Amino acid sequence: MILVFVETGATGATEVSLECATFARVLADRTDGPVHAVVVGGERPDVLVGELGRYGVAAVHHVTGDAFSAYGGGTWATAVATVREAIDADFVLAPGTPRGMEVLAHLGARLDVPMAANVVAVTDSGSNETGPLVVTRQVLGGAVLEEMKLSERPVLLTVAGHAVEARHAPDPAPPAALRELTAEVADIDLVARVTATEPVEADRSGALTSSPVVVGAGRGAGGPDGFDGVVELAELLDAALGVSRVVTSLGWRPHHEQIGQTGSRISPDLYIPCGISGAIQHWAGCASSKTILAINTDENAPMVTKATYAVIGDMAEVVPAINAEIRRRRS
Amino acid sequence: VVNAHAAEGRTYDLILLGNDAADTGDFQVGIRLAHELGRPVVNGVRTVDVAGGVATAHGDGIDGVETYEVPLPAVVTVLEGGVEPRYPSITGRMKAKKTKIEMLAPTGDPRGSGRVRLTLPPAQPSTVEVLGTGPEAAAAVVALLQRMGVAR
Repeated sequence: MILVFVETGATGATEVSLECATFARVLADRTDGPVHAVVVGGERPDVLVGELGRYGVAAVHHVTGDAFSAYGGGTWATAVATVREAIDADFVLAPGTPRGMEVLAHLGARLDVPMAANVVAVTDSGSNETGPLVVTRQVLGGAVLEEMKLSERPVLLTVAGHAVEARHAPDPAPPAALRELTAEVADIDLVARVTATEPVEADRSGALTSSPVVVGAGRGAGGPDGFDGVVELAELLDAALGVSRVVTSLGWRPHHEQIGQTGSRISPDLYIPCGISGAIQHWAGCASSKTILAINTDENAPMVTKATYAVIGDMAEVVPAINAEIRRRRS
Repeated sequence: VVNAHAAEGRTYDLILLGNDAADTGDFQVGIRLAHELGRPVVNGVRTVDVAGGVATAHGDGIDGVETYEVPLPAVVTVLEGGVEPRYPSITGRMKAKKTKIEMLAPTGDPRGSGRVRLTLPPAQPSTVEVLGTGPEAAAAVVALLQRMGVAR
């Protein structure tokens, strides 16, 4: 039995959660299915039942109650732990997002078993269902892969963003069964819940790790006044703005906008790095992007050669031209 | 260290750790420590303030900047970005020279990390599609953005 922790957004399960469900299905083929999902808090997730069913999930467990009105890592882990115990799951998977990591780390601490973070593949599922499992996971921000042996049950792992492509199950599956339940949460977890959330619409940098589109800017901006174009592009695309380390080190932009090994790690559907050469430290923070459109003067820059698409040119000229073209087509 | 200090009657209010290690990227040390100590933990925040026996922490969540208020003693793990790194002052460095460095042997029985081996990801040959050069490429870029459903 495999349990997947599913995160939800405005339109249903998040893309990384669907990737995680797909990963679980692949694992189920090699170990022992079926795949169940757990959703914590929020409204009754009727929309998820059909959606997750198409991804091969047999049942959705929805954990609600007063304790789950506000997010807390330990609180959410209690919900996952309750479902895991009820269905006796041998494997618990979560998306490799900040919340997915946090919830599974709490679960690992409680069950006293290891947690493998940012797994990209099951390398060896062994010859029997209870034997060791070897997984491959990203370390050093994805620059190096580690094969890790997990000898204990339950196996806990988070799936790195875009490790697999979210795919429907081959045979159209019936909608997943929906099971509503609640769970008792310990005081120590209740006190560590979110007490307030302030939306960051005006400054979209807070959405850096969750935005499906990210516009990036690096040394090519030329100075603190060189960001007007990328800021406008981010607004036009409803994207988040991120920058490279050199930009924050020089004080051109605030530190919290930094993408990289020591900044935020992003896995958007589209990343548009402008004037960023793509040093390994920056690459570590954006390697999980699904599609990269690089804008750079140097056609041999690592960011360009690793990108899906590129424009060779000065961001100071190219980005305003793109903005003007978007506005022109809108009008 | 916490347990050794506790044995000497030395207490703590706040334990700060990084959210994750840049090399091993395990994302769980702070949480496991808090669990061991039986104290609340707040994870992945950018700023922490302490007042009146409560740690107030702010971090980026899915829907905006989230606030946590936890009673001390507590464990907090931080991300980069909330505090600008700065060099210590001259007086701070002078004081640090006199600070006694405690040496402690770890207790417990480490189970190992489970690492089998490290490998380098296979080098991917460049498959980049160059859309154009200079501002003239704008039309091709916006056409792509529209195909991807990113630009209206």
